[in-house]
Amino acid sequence: MRVTLNWLREFAPLRGDADEVGALLDDLGLAVEERWDVGGPLPGVVVAEVLEVRAHPDADRIRLVDVDAGDGRALQVACGASNMAAGDLVALATVGTTMPDGMEIAARRMRGEMSNGMLCSSRELRLGDDHGGILILPAGLETGAALTDALGLVPDTVFDLDVLPNRPDALSVAGVARDLAARQGVPFTVPEPAPEVAGPDALAAMSVEVLDPVLCGRFVARVLSGVQVGPSPWWLAQRLLAAGMRPINNVVDVSNYVMLELGQPNHTYDLDLLPGGRLRVRRAHPGERLVTLDGVERELRAEDGVIADADDRAVGLAGVMGGASTEISATTTEVLLELAWWDPMSVALTSAAHNLHSEASLRFKRGTDPDLPPVAAARVAEVLGSIAGTRLRPGAVDVEGDRPWPVTVGVRTARVNAVLGTELSRDDIASLLDPIGFRAVADGPDDLAVTIPTFRPDASGEIDVVEEVSRLHGLSRLRKSVPTSPHVGRLSAEQRSRRSVRRALLAAGLDEAMPMPFLAPGDLERCGLPPTGLVLANPLATEESVLRTSLLPGLLGAVRHNANHRRAGVGLYELGRVFEAGEGVVVDVAASAAAGRVLDGEREQLGVVLAGREAPAAVELLDQVVAIAGVGPVALRPEVLAGLHPGRGAVVELAGADAGQVGEVHPDVLAAWGIEERVAWLQLELSHLLALPPRVVRARTVSRFPSTDIDLAFVVGDLVPAAAVRATILSAAGDLLRRLDLFDVFRSDALGAGRRSLAFRLRFQAEDRTLTDAEVSELRASVIDEVTVTHGAELRA
Amino acid sequence: MSADAVELVAEIEELVSGGTQALAGAADLDALAALDADLLGRRSRLGLLKASLRDLDDDGRRAVGAALHEARRSLEEASATRREDLRSAASAARLAAEALDLTEASGRARVGHAHPITRTWEELEDVFVGMGFTVASGPEVETDWFNFEALNLPPSHPARSMWDTLYLDAGQFEGVGGEQLLLRTHTSPVQVRTMLRAVEEGSGPPIYVVCPGRVYRRDTADATHLPVFHQIELLVVDRSVSMADLAGTIETFTKAYFGRELTSRLRPSYFPFTEPSAEVDISQPDGTWLEVGGCGMVHPNVLRACGLDPEEWSGFAFGFGIDRLTKIRHQVEDLREFVTNDVRFLEQF
Repeated sequence: MRVTLNWLREFAPLRGDADEVGALLDDLGLAVEERWDVGGPLPGVVVAEVLEVRAHPDADRIRLVDVDAGDGRALQVACGASNMAAGDLVALATVGTTMPDGMEIAARRMRGEMSNGMLCSSRELRLGDDHGGILILPAGLETGAALTDALGLVPDTVFDLDVLPNRPDALSVAGVARDLAARQGVPFTVPEPAPEVAGPDALAAMSVEVLDPVLCGRFVARVLSGVQVGPSPWWLAQRLLAAGMRPINNVVDVSNYVMLELGQPNHTYDLDLLPGGRLRVRRAHPGERLVTLDGVERELRAEDGVIADADDRAVGLAGVMGGASTEISATTTEVLLELAWWDPMSVALTSAAHNLHSEASLRFKRGTDPDLPPVAAARVAEVLGSIAGTRLRPGAVDVEGDRPWPVTVGVRTARVNAVLGTELSRDDIASLLDPIGFRAVADGPDDLAVTIPTFRPDASGEIDVVEEVSRLHGLSRLRKSVPTSPHVGRLSAEQRSRRSVRRALLAAGLDEAMPMPFLAPGDLERCGLPPTGLVLANPLATEESVLRTSLLPGLLGAVRHNANHRRAGVGLYELGRVFEAGEGVVVDVAASAAAGRVLDGEREQLGVVLAGREAPAAVELLDQVVAIAGVGPVALRPEVLAGLHPGRGAVVELAGADAGQVGEVHPDVLAAWGIEERVAWLQLELSHLLALPPRVVRARTVSRFPSTDIDLAFVVGDLVPAAAVRATILSAAGDLLRRLDLFDVFRSDALGAGRRSLAFRLRFQAEDRTLTDAEVSELRASVIDEVTVTHGAELRA
Repeated sequence: MSADAVELVAEIEELVSGGTQALAGAADLDALAALDADLLGRRSRLGLLKASLRDLDDDGRRAVGAALHEARRSLEEASATRREDLRSAASAARLAAEALDLTEASGRARVGHAHPITRTWEELEDVFVGMGFTVASGPEVETDWFNFEALNLPPSHPARSMWDTLYLDAGQFEGVGGEQLLLRTHTSPVQVRTMLRAVEEGSGPPIYVVCPGRVYRRDTADATHLPVFHQIELLVVDRSVSMADLAGTIETFTKAYFGRELTSRLRPSYFPFTEPSAEVDISQPDGTWLEVGGCGMVHPNVLRACGLDPEEWSGFAFGFGIDRLTKIRHQVEDLREFVTNDVRFLEQF
């Protein structure tokens, strides 16, 4: 919403300059997004008459324009626009002028033709946003005159405000002025319009029937006669331009002007085009069609509100846009004015359904003031009377449906102070509220009965009034105190454990990736995974329409991206959520709050890709992560896993439960992703890992007695996992075994195909004595025995 | 003293002078050991002479014995000196041979880099933990009720258009009973979950939590927007906490996170789940204000939806974007850098 300082001052004698008013607007919650000066001074810009428009011999897009800048001589100017014709008056920036944006106008050649100045658009003059062509001035101005004098331009400041959805009242100049006046403690008044009333009673020429009182809370209709459609005077055009609207003709412009000024959208019909002057307000018939003012034919929905004529043909989409059939034209002499209160929800839904958003629909869907239509009608008549000599015919239609009425709420002084941390008295509160139209009367010694004005549909309860008090009192004046938390602030065991996992990964030299969790259809299949990803109902792009069930696709994408940028061999990890339907969906509020989730299959995972590395590297990383997180024990169960190399994959078991997978990505998957390096892969169910109780360490005294090492190499079949041999050794060696390391693995022809040697070093030590040779030999023998019997192994000599 | 003895003493002196010279010239420890054996061993001349002492008279035995003792002492000393010289020369040679240019090793270590968003996230958690808060989390797939309705945004509330929401296709689920599933548009549903659980488990209020998390919007990725980003939200529910407490808590956070010399201010704003609501600005060293987030007093309807009586309990909330803070702190020009996972970007942090 744009307002100008001069316009605001028509409603209140505001103090201070634009800086001061701007700061006040920010502090009132009407944030100033942008601010600029308009209306000059524009030294060097003069009124010029177009004498002739010619094509440039060498440039299709440039016109050569001869203008008379007041001395009767033809001056050639090159111009990129083509919306002017001989006889038009235009704004000429003469050679030597400095434009508002700092550009200096010099005489120069454009493709061989001289240009002695510049013809200006309204944006170049900071008069408006229009840059579609140059500004055509009203006829009758004196050529050569300074533009500011000729137009009577007044220097002014425009504020572009970010008006939030709870402040429909501030979608008007008067509403903004009301807030400022209240804050400055100066009077605020909306002058009573005094239009000239003349002619026969309008009720003879029109009638309105409201068939749906929910849709239409109020409908006021008036008739203006003696209309002569023509251009608006410049002062009015300047304000519309400053507000970001384009002047069209005096009738439409005044309609818009009053909407901007008071916040009441209104619609004008050419009365002659309405059979019998009869209007009916109803919901649309399914399939009914209407051509709106923007020239688009629309098929209406049964929920849409329409205004129909005597023949029951729709002539307007209620609260959104009028119809083309009754549009004001040059031949219009009598105008029917419509000022209504429309149901905000109906307007919002209609506007959204037709993707049709207008200044009117914006205001109606947020809620207009149902008391405003008669005042705004008189104001339209007054302004149009003053600029075009129209007269308001006596007699008005005023039909009321289910309109909102003022509500009165109890406001407790103690409550206001408790919420705000203030020490305001009952009367302080009343005097803050009164200037913004919230009438507060004493209700007992401590409390107030506050009547909320109808222009504040957002407010309905005590807390809404508290907010108004805080705004007018000023948030910057609040104390700053700090409540004391009775809790000990600390991360939970799970959160500390997550940080440990991350530390382990960083210590291993991995970088943290954060791919977007959206996938394209087919991404999971390209990973060799089942296409069970949940689908979004309204994705912006198909490539982002599926939720990931695995971190693999995102990380493979990152590997490829880096390889394509000459960074092969990256190691990346991600901690993130994956989504699957799982056992189902928990929508019951209490059950979902207790479960901490909605989708049974939403889980946090760790994913690691080690490009250029083989599977064992991922296993080592797994050991590091588990050790640093302090959980375990961890075990691997070799298995053929989707998307992984069939001979290089295992399920990770953590504390006895499946908790992920480790291995190497299948070469076919890598090929499908265009990755030329091997990629080792680790995936852990973080939710499981983090929920495990951290290992509590019971310290064990380090033995003072010497230890004894023995080396044993077993030849076993390839299908016997080293972990199984290790487990057998551990159980056979008993509790004198201190360390067990697999220090060598080798294969050779001598060993035979499908067999390998696993060499272990066992360190024995007792806590209370030096072990004897006999004790160690006995342990050695029983280990050899167990391993050979259990695994069909042979001891290598 | 007999002539034999005199001769023997002379021979001993000669052995000493010759032996000392030989020891000093020993090329290495092995040669030295051989010389030691030749000069001092049992079969050496000195050894044999010692054996022949018994053939001498008392005077001769005493004189030759003394000479032998002196000879052994001085040869042993010469040997020890040479051994020490040879050892230190060998050590010096080894040390010289082992000299390294340590600068060659510099810059080889590969350290991992946490994502800049994670760094900001953890730093924020640490600040709030220091202020007495615990950290809560919630699911990213939410129901309409948690994401909107419980937050004073009933269906078709006009302010819902403030959030462009991504919905899950309803046809994929059974038994949802008309409830819409969506990707949460803010971390505020975690507030609702925290309050509901606290009430259910009897563990609160008072509640002092922060909720960091990933959130989603239906938005096209560009330099200043991502459809996926991160927020952190603070929630306090206690008896009679006020907007002054909110302002003070934000001020404490500002000084802890941004710097002691900076300050915060509130500007009125609008969020359906808080009232009064405000924007939070942080002063900048250059005198301007940086808008960081939104805050307000928890709306009575939200407390009620979570089973709390707004007459008994009051609360405030403060939320802001983690990505935005990270972007500002590191002057990241394009937010898409955060999701591209280019190690050339990540390695900087």
